[in-house]
Amino acid sequence: MTSTTKIQPDVLTDNAEGMSYLNRLPRRVMVLYLPMAVFVFVLLFPFYWMAITAIKPNAQLTDYNNYSPFWVVAPTLDHIKYLLFETSYPGWLWNTMLVAVCSTFLSLAASVFGAYAIERVRFTGSRPVGLMIFLAYLVPPSILFIPLAFIVFKLGMYDSKLALIFTYPTFLIPFCTWLLMGYFRSIPFELEESALVDGATRWQILIRIILPLAVPGLISAGIFAFTLSWNEFIYALTFIQSSENKTVPVGVLTELVRGDVFEWGSLMAGALFGSLPVVILYSFFVDYYVSSMTGAVKE
Amino acid sequence: MTTVTTTQPTATSAPWLQNNNLLGFFFMLPAAVFLVCFLTYPLGLGVWLGFTDTRIGRDGIFIGLENYIFLARDKVFWLAVFNTLFYTLIASILKFALGLWLALLLNENLPFKSFFRAIVLLPWVVPTVLSALAFWWIFDSQFSILSWSLMRLGLIDGPINFLGDPTNARISVIAANVWRGIPFVAISLLAGLQTIPASLQEAASLDGATHWQRFRYVTLPMLTPIIAVVMTFSVLFTFTDFQLIYVLTKGGPVNATHLMATLSFQRGIPGGQLGEGAAIAVAMIPFLLAAIMFSFFGLQRRKWQQGGQD
Repeated sequence: MTSTTKIQPDVLTDNAEGMSYLNRLPRRVMVLYLPMAVFVFVLLFPFYWMAITAIKPNAQLTDYNNYSPFWVVAPTLDHIKYLLFETSYPGWLWNTMLVAVCSTFLSLAASVFGAYAIERVRFTGSRPVGLMIFLAYLVPPSILFIPLAFIVFKLGMYDSKLALIFTYPTFLIPFCTWLLMGYFRSIPFELEESALVDGATRWQILIRIILPLAVPGLISAGIFAFTLSWNEFIYALTFIQSSENKTVPVGVLTELVRGDVFEWGSLMAGALFGSLPVVILYSFFVDYYVSSMTGAVKE
Repeated sequence: MTTVTTTQPTATSAPWLQNNNLLGFFFMLPAAVFLVCFLTYPLGLGVWLGFTDTRIGRDGIFIGLENYIFLARDKVFWLAVFNTLFYTLIASILKFALGLWLALLLNENLPFKSFFRAIVLLPWVVPTVLSALAFWWIFDSQFSILSWSLMRLGLIDGPINFLGDPTNARISVIAANVWRGIPFVAISLLAGLQTIPASLQEAASLDGATHWQRFRYVTLPMLTPIIAVVMTFSVLFTFTDFQLIYVLTKGGPVNATHLMATLSFQRGIPGGQLGEGAAIAVAMIPFLLAAIMFSFFGLQRRKWQQGGQD
């Protein structure tokens, strides 16, 4: 009771919208801010732990009695230097980038035509084809990697980046097509009709009218596809053998983890640097990213 | 005038451009070639490999159901099936409950709302293998930060053996999976929450509905279609999970955390028994089909609820 009277002035000056005046501040703290703080702490702590481990000198990493594990005294760049100059890590970063960019572009190009054909050309059977694209999206890599390894081997692409560039579109094309179908559907049909009346061909309509209008959709699909291929693991683990062709997730796990002596500092630095490119990309395009994630679910 | 301009392109452009079916065929061609070569064909090939004794470097011959008969008598396989179902069930329930809670929190009037929304999604953006490495270090048997904190608080006496004990290992991998999966569920459900008109909530509270009643009788029914779809995706991802287990436990200790995907990999690639690995992967398909059917009916119901025509 006392708390409510104490809070009264605050509530009166609270000019939040809707019915939030019903919420008293202490209640709001307990029900909203506290759980939110716990969620944010738990969701972000592993990243903090990654970062702090990457700059801790080895002596502090395992000595919890003399140093607080949550903080670092005299941070060092040794782990990062080791990672960048004494391992194949820069090469793995380059491979991952190359594979992700190539497979994203391949998938986007194929998906634009596919989605336009299904959504707007309306050939006979376009509906079943659309449904099949959705079902293809649901086929997980974990049941495809063994037959794909077989095919990759037969095609002579085993242990090459080409194997990854050609297999990643299997999960990227269904996703991008599905997403772009949603975007194309939102573009008014009248625009196409008037272009047809003005004498444009289907090709001109696609290039000059639909694509410029679908740029946000293309960005969403592209960013999401890039992230998916950057994060891919099981194909890269199965199809790549030699160190110089590995991607970051595979390289860090198979080459930086040696025997029983874990070099946690460089391992965490590797994890941190491998995450940074997607995190930076994500931070620039949060809204596109969220819209593509929820768009795929809502359609 | 219009007839002149519309007939013009017919005369100048190639006739196939005017035929929708032919045009559709050419536009679909790149995507279709990729998907047939690297998705449909491997799917069929996987089923075929499951009936052969193919090994790495040696083409197999058809051996009928031998792989499946072998697996049916294999205790490790049944343990992996149990583990997969257990892992999927527990992790999905936790992801749903915590994800829905987080979505409801994010839907409130918070300061820096969009900033929080962006931050919350980070675990889902970062490559799973790399965040799993961080969890591996957090779950270290000697220098775990969790053990240290709990010991400091006086709750336990010695460090917890997170990944060395079967029960602990199961709990640990589920915790890591839930950590990674919450953002996807939360952000997707948040998108659903934002489509619920505020006027419905206001009307309910004017009628005297309590917080719980508004959630139970307004929010939840409006959200059900999206929940169905989101959870189907979540279940599919969890059921076929590979990366997290491969990094944290490689299926150990004593196969307590082996999932069907990791067992399939272990038998197929390092073990070289491609046929048997493929058979394990094929054994996942009935479960996946069940989940997809569920998703299909979830989608149908949604369209019906919205009065959509297709």
